Amino acid sequence: MARSIQSLERAAAVLRLLAGGERRLGLSDIASALGLAKGTAHGLLRTLQQEGFVEQDEISGRYQLGAELLRLGNSYLDVHELRARALVWSDDLARASGEAVYIGVLHQQGVLVVHHVFRPDDSRQVLEIGAMQPLHSTAMGKVLAAWDPVAHSELLEAPREAFTTRTATEPPELEAGLELTRERGWACDVEESWEGVASVAAPIFDRRRMPVGAVGIAGAVERLCDAGEIRPALVASVRDCARSVSRDLGARRF
Amino acid sequence: MTENQSTDSTQRAFIAAIDQGTTSSRCIIFDKDGRTVGVDQKEHEQIFPKPGWVEHDAVEIWNNVQEVVDGAVRQAGISTDDVKAIGITNQRETTVLWDKNTGEPVHNALVWQDTRTDALCKELGRNVGQDRFRRETGLPLASYFAGPKIRWLLDNVEGLRERAARGEILFGTMDSWVIWNLTGGVDGGVHVTDVTNASRTMLMNLHELDWDERICASMDIPMEVLPEIKSSAEVYGTAASGALAGIPVASALGDQQAALFGQTCFATGEGKSTYGTGTFLLMNTGSEPINSYNGLLTTVGYRIGDQDPVYALEGSIAVTGSLVQWMRDQMGLISTAAEIETLASSVEDNGGTYFVPAFSGLFAPYWRPDARGVITGLTRYVTKAHLARAVLEATAWQTREIVDAMTKDSGVELTALKVDGGMTSNNLLMQNISDVLDTPVVRPMVSETTCLGAAYAAGLAVGFWPDTDALRANWRRAAEWTPRMDAAVRDREYKNWLKAVERTMGWIEEEN
Repeated sequence: MARSIQSLERAAAVLRLLAGGERRLGLSDIASALGLAKGTAHGLLRTLQQEGFVEQDEISGRYQLGAELLRLGNSYLDVHELRARALVWSDDLARASGEAVYIGVLHQQGVLVVHHVFRPDDSRQVLEIGAMQPLHSTAMGKVLAAWDPVAHSELLEAPREAFTTRTATEPPELEAGLELTRERGWACDVEESWEGVASVAAPIFDRRRMPVGAVGIAGAVERLCDAGEIRPALVASVRDCARSVSRDLGARRF
Repeated sequence: MTENQSTDSTQRAFIAAIDQGTTSSRCIIFDKDGRTVGVDQKEHEQIFPKPGWVEHDAVEIWNNVQEVVDGAVRQAGISTDDVKAIGITNQRETTVLWDKNTGEPVHNALVWQDTRTDALCKELGRNVGQDRFRRETGLPLASYFAGPKIRWLLDNVEGLRERAARGEILFGTMDSWVIWNLTGGVDGGVHVTDVTNASRTMLMNLHELDWDERICASMDIPMEVLPEIKSSAEVYGTAASGALAGIPVASALGDQQAALFGQTCFATGEGKSTYGTGTFLLMNTGSEPINSYNGLLTTVGYRIGDQDPVYALEGSIAVTGSLVQWMRDQMGLISTAAEIETLASSVEDNGGTYFVPAFSGLFAPYWRPDARGVITGLTRYVTKAHLARAVLEATAWQTREIVDAMTKDSGVELTALKVDGGMTSNNLLMQNISDVLDTPVVRPMVSETTCLGAAYAAGLAVGFWPDTDALRANWRRAAEWTPRMDAAVRDREYKNWLKAVERTMGWIEEEN
């Protein structure tokens, strides 16, 4: 068995003790129950309190389990909740950009489209909710891989098809792209997934700054790009939308 | 630069829409493309003096309306001259009587949900029953509508009948109250209502679009208190004060009719459904009122200036979004409303279960107060996910029943259903509705269809938009669901649903 870290073992013991019943416990109860010096127990409790795993009652000074512990087991954001929160903002983005809007989340080794707003031009379009997009070549995929470590490892493990001559498939090139994405806060795909199609996307964060999804627009490269670069006004609209949805999910200003 | 300035000046033209709703008053400023440029909102107090009684303070509401108008104009960063017209939409049927010399309401407004006129409505039905005035008004005698509420106030506020006889008292639904105050109140305020609001009083003859003397006499309501009935889109007067002083007041529409207008349902057979706590479905049936023999309401959809009126059939579903809330709050099967879709999507079908949420009886098209909710088809196989699916399907099947009743009454097939409201974010539900209706379901890009409808009507009245075609051009499809269900499956499932509905009936035994 590998060597374990004593303070983590002790912290776990504190949590188990507090989880043992409805009651709140004082510092000396905890220290004596675990056979620890009061100072050691206090240090453990203070750290757990900072992390939100333990709360101290203001009046009695006794300790109980913290709310963060409950959230830990319940942490993933329901994708339908994400869509409900994003509905108004993604409509606005479609109007402002004149392009179709997509919201995607990581699913297995790709991007699952969970919301889609039609391009506002009255043309016949098909709802693409439920469709999958590749991680390595689309703007939403790159955004997820840039901020979500799970998506990043999926990207490296998944087969990476060269859809066009512009698709990056080798890790060094992909990593450089993700580095750029993290640096500027958004990702783009200029004819890397489909000939003639460009997309731009930005990350959606929840209140713990976890990347829960990506929002982006996709459309004809002639409309989205100017001299091979995504038009700055479109990037701004996409990032505004991502910020608004994140704010609605409780993420603080960033 | 000059070119820029000229586009800029044409773009600095807006319409303000006031939405005087049941829980709050809002004002939204729209530009020519129907985009929101400013918005403000304020809630007002819900007053419950007794079980079943619901009142609003009309003075508080008028103060809030003034505040949100000023707030929205400020937020939009525009000046008074940039606003070309003011439109109004409102909670329907809510009734206020006030003194025309002081502007003081004589009593709190009686809200549409208030049931104090239940007994009065039974009495007014005499030996005929609740359909006594249906042929003239399109409505059954029910406590929602304004006429019996006026009668209650006249009977119960001391000295009111005498004051009314002396011509001192004015009646209005909230559109009339807001317009009268907005155009000057005691100082020259105009006392008007529009055809859609008037059609919810039970006092207007649907064919003549005028107050029905015989019904007013039957309800013992002096006609002097009634406002003049105008179209939904014409200049009634100009605002006398506030941030929009001098701007024409140019539209009024009941909220559901405003949503129909905002969804640009201008052709016969076009309908809209607003999915919230409950659901309101209205279908444009053209220029003649259609009697309903299937428990729907006949109502005026809108009337633009002196053009022919457009009528609508209306059906409402009492329990839709509130069933999802019930699953969350009472059953604890989900922690947020959106999770119902996650749970329902985890299974392929309903596992044979059907959930008829007849929590307070069955409404349109059955009208069976003796019914109560049932969940049928339970077996050991059924999980909470199947129930979640049955919950969503309940909303879809209830929509289907209303649509079928509309088709039966009017002979008009619904061509497409335009949807709005909170539940439109539920992808599975929208697909399911399309499947069971065998009709495309379309969500527009603007969620504020009610305010937009009022703005559209006001804009038409002052020439801001030339015609309804220009409004249609503004309409943008955000999503469309097309039917994917096999016809045989649809028929089998509908049959099962109807069987489940049968099981709800007769649960409550006759009293005595």
